[in-house]
Amino acid sequence: MASGIKDKVAILGMGCSKFGERWMDSAEDLMVEAFTEALEDAGIEKSQIDAAWLGTAIEEQHVGKSAVPLAKALRLAYIPVSRVENYCASGTEAFRGAVYAVASGACDIALALGVEKLKDTGYGGLPQRGRGTVNDLYWPNISAPGSFGQLATAYRAKHGVNKDDLKRAMAHISIKSHDNGALNPKAHLRSRITEEKVLNAPMIADPLGLYDCCGVSDGSACVIVTTPEIAKSLGKKDLVTVKAIQLSGSNGAEAEYNNWDGSYFETTRVAAQNAYKEAGIINPREQMSLFEVHDCFSITELVTMEDLFISPEGGAIRDVMDGFYDADGKIPCQIDGGLKCFGHPIGASGIRMIYEMYLQMQGRAGARQRQQEPVFGMTHNLGGFPHQNVCSLTIVGKEGV
Amino acid sequence: MDTGIIAFGGYLPKARLQRSEIAKAHSWFNPGLRGLAKGERTMANWDEDSVTMAVEAGRDCLTGHDRAGLSGLFMASTSFPFQDRQNAGIVGDALDINADALTVDLASSQRAGTSALALALRSAGDAPALVIAADKRQTKAAAPLEMSYGDGAAALLVGQGDVVARLLAASSEAVDFVDHYRGQGEEFDYAWEARWIRDEGYNQIVPPVVTRVLEQASVAASDISSFCFPPAARNVAAGLAKKLGVPAEAVADNLQATCGETGTAHALVMLIKALEDAKPGDRILVVGFGQGCDVLLFETTEALKKLAPRVGITGHLARRRAEGNYHKFLAFNDLMVMERGIRSELDKATSLSTHYRTKDMAQKMMGGECTACGTVQFPKTNICVSPNCGAVDSQKDHPFAEKTGRLNSFTADRLTYSPDPPAYYGMVQFEGGGRLMNDFTDIDPDEELDVGLEMRMMFRVKDYDNARGFRRYFWKATPVQTNATKG
Repeated sequence: MASGIKDKVAILGMGCSKFGERWMDSAEDLMVEAFTEALEDAGIEKSQIDAAWLGTAIEEQHVGKSAVPLAKALRLAYIPVSRVENYCASGTEAFRGAVYAVASGACDIALALGVEKLKDTGYGGLPQRGRGTVNDLYWPNISAPGSFGQLATAYRAKHGVNKDDLKRAMAHISIKSHDNGALNPKAHLRSRITEEKVLNAPMIADPLGLYDCCGVSDGSACVIVTTPEIAKSLGKKDLVTVKAIQLSGSNGAEAEYNNWDGSYFETTRVAAQNAYKEAGIINPREQMSLFEVHDCFSITELVTMEDLFISPEGGAIRDVMDGFYDADGKIPCQIDGGLKCFGHPIGASGIRMIYEMYLQMQGRAGARQRQQEPVFGMTHNLGGFPHQNVCSLTIVGKEGV
Repeated sequence: MDTGIIAFGGYLPKARLQRSEIAKAHSWFNPGLRGLAKGERTMANWDEDSVTMAVEAGRDCLTGHDRAGLSGLFMASTSFPFQDRQNAGIVGDALDINADALTVDLASSQRAGTSALALALRSAGDAPALVIAADKRQTKAAAPLEMSYGDGAAALLVGQGDVVARLLAASSEAVDFVDHYRGQGEEFDYAWEARWIRDEGYNQIVPPVVTRVLEQASVAASDISSFCFPPAARNVAAGLAKKLGVPAEAVADNLQATCGETGTAHALVMLIKALEDAKPGDRILVVGFGQGCDVLLFETTEALKKLAPRVGITGHLARRRAEGNYHKFLAFNDLMVMERGIRSELDKATSLSTHYRTKDMAQKMMGGECTACGTVQFPKTNICVSPNCGAVDSQKDHPFAEKTGRLNSFTADRLTYSPDPPAYYGMVQFEGGGRLMNDFTDIDPDEELDVGLEMRMMFRVKDYDNARGFRRYFWKATPVQTNATKG
């Protein structure tokens, strides 16, 4: 029986660029911005990094293939570099590579960096792209809002929810993230919004309006990891350690078998059970302090809070409307603004979420610092479509808890 | 043994462009269009062409009929999507008929449809042949033909045996009378004056051939129950009937008010409508005109009453949605330069080797059935999708095209590129198992979709690769209509 990753790896340093429409900056500029902050935070020399992972998803829009663009941009010293891609879980996938390398003893210090430079397409939304020569023959020209929006139709049918009630809960999720993003200087979107504005926004993909959708942003985030022992030897105190990393990928059953009803994420449920077990968490609703979930769309966040076993099935609307996930609620969700407002440079997003947990646990989150001291935080990414996706989960927390 | 028509089916696109809207747009330029601005014409959806309409007509025709034992598939059109790739072959593939049927394209004349029928009847043997005619003719904006044309398809299963209409006689006459033409590389027809076509064309060329056929069959003109002659021009058929001695009440409606002239399919569309309205013993005279004419005379039989219900032309005339947006017609037919956005620039190249390898999936909608556990699935794959099975190489072919399914989830997507936004798509759960995240088509923007709504599949254009002149087809879901009429 595998012993898991709990407390075997600590975060040594982190950095995150400002997210947004960085018209005059290249992917390289963004990578260097995140890396410089992380290296300074870690307090090490670049030459101490033993291996590096690059997470990026839509590389054809910016850096191109391989991890060479990372090695070149950071001028790494001929160390092992790897590029990973796993849809929106690409950043967390890079983190997993670095963490496992350290945990295995193959490396003392490893780096993971995620980057995406999306705002060079000439239009809003994610880049339009082919899906492979076979899929192009029969898949719909499916967009992210078009696939995730279908969660709402299936969720309503399953739980007998009125259209307006669901739309209002979805609006509350977005309003909350805008409130949180307003306090975050690195966030892409920093304006507050009203329910009226959300409900009257143009429709993107039924029933998702403009404010149900996260922004498409440029950005980069970087993490340097090592063992708790080395971290301490470098003078670090109050370590934030990795408690769990879990992934789950669809095997086609949701898309091609007959059981899945379209209202939830099978992968998230599987990964969540494994992650809580790996971290030794028995009652997540009581034990978890913070969540950064993949709120690409408001409805995704809503059903995800059930799939992570925080809200009971069919009960997320009530929790959302009760303010359970607000910044001053029992378990704040997206306290940094989330994908919705911090932004969603795909490959960077997973590491950006860990960055927020790291800051919150060290009391360095400034105006948006959670008052009650956080203990466990979970980050969640979801790549692909509800019917066919990769889910990645990370739990970080204070060392020893 | 009788030779004749064993079964029939039709297809008309759902949208009906209101001619008043065409006139509204163009009568400033050509006030004469106002005189034609009555009724409506069928308007193919952006994802329809002669091949897709032919497939739908063929499916309708083959309702309740075995698809495995056909001797041939003759497809007629003057608007084939491919100049050099057999169009009948695509239709046959989509219909999943036996591959050893002789597939032939017949083109280049408005009487190609009736010629295909005459040819199939002449070569009729034990195994029936499928004749399909379909047209989606291009016209210039503001052309009077834009008003009178329609899009549609007709299919007839012909052969020997228990026919619903027996062929009494048929004859043809070739006359290189150029009433209109379309040269190589040209998009649009070039037409001569309608009055000349009537006086020197229809009225001179058709009567002797009709007389010949009636004499051959020993049928008096006064005994004709239905006279199917397609020209859109008013009173042409009535004038001919009078001249020939065919009763005025036998002159069949040319469907100008409800459908428009569907090109080389139209004589057969009218024939099918006549068969739908006929009683046993009726005599139906069909004339196809174009560089001469084909004349065919049929007599319906008692078997007509036993034909399984089908949608037919009558049913498709009822399956309609009024379209009042003429600009949509211009856009669908590439008749104006439109800003379609950068998202539309995505390269739609098709790998021909991939296409061939996966042809059964994409063109026939062939899925798999696991011989180990019985799970029905789409697509057919190496390893069974059932979590309780996982058998390797266990799946046999299982067709999905004729299945119905129910909506599991859906959306109307305004972000993704579609020639007709919003793009409707969602997850369809098929009866008997299997599911697919799939495009929808022919969605009426005013009708509410809902989880559980019953859907059926239609063969449509999936993507146009305008850079290379290719188009690929796939099956899309559309709400089931319960408008099958008795054959």
